[in-house]
Amino acid sequence: MLDLALTFAFACFAISLGLGALRLVRGPSVPDRVLALDALCVNTVAIAILLGIRYDSAAYFEAALLIALIGFVSTVALARFVSRGDVMD
Amino acid sequence: MRVALEVAISFFLAAGGLFALAGAIGLARLPDFFMRLHAPTKATTLGVGGALIASMLYFIGSGRPVVHELLIMLFLFLTAPVSALMLAKAALHLRLPSRARLPDGDGEKEKAG
Repeated sequence: MLDLALTFAFACFAISLGLGALRLVRGPSVPDRVLALDALCVNTVAIAILLGIRYDSAAYFEAALLIALIGFVSTVALARFVSRGDVMD
Repeated sequence: MRVALEVAISFFLAAGGLFALAGAIGLARLPDFFMRLHAPTKATTLGVGGALIASMLYFIGSGRPVVHELLIMLFLFLTAPVSALMLAKAALHLRLPSRARLPDGDGEKEKAG
């Protein structure tokens, strides 16, 4: 049963990644693409955690934490670049 | 005990996956940027929260509890509203079109009449 639920969750997050990539390619404006990148990062964190359950290993949490950190910093930097034309002033 | 734990883990996994799927469908389908901003910033956070709770239960059940999930959950819950706020400010700055229709209030009618 755990395997079934794990497969279901993997499928859900994979479809979410596909839809996010669709919005990333199609998005009419720049904030749309930044939002899609942020959603992709969060979904990747979830998939890393699911891989940690699947392979019964605690080594995936550092990867998930790093992906979350980089995703947040890059989203803030891109949003500031869009709104001010400059990341740091 | 073992079966109950497995049922709980499966429930949180399925709920997390469904929440993430709902957020992604909203991201792909909704018509304007501010609606699209609303969909994944909440639903995806709930989805990752479900996966993290499932992982926490799994590692508690296998006898070696880890606290990294709490760290990731805290970080995501703290930063998701901040990044959404920054994106909304960027979109307001660019004056993206919004399709929100305000309801015809009585105040407008009184002013007209």
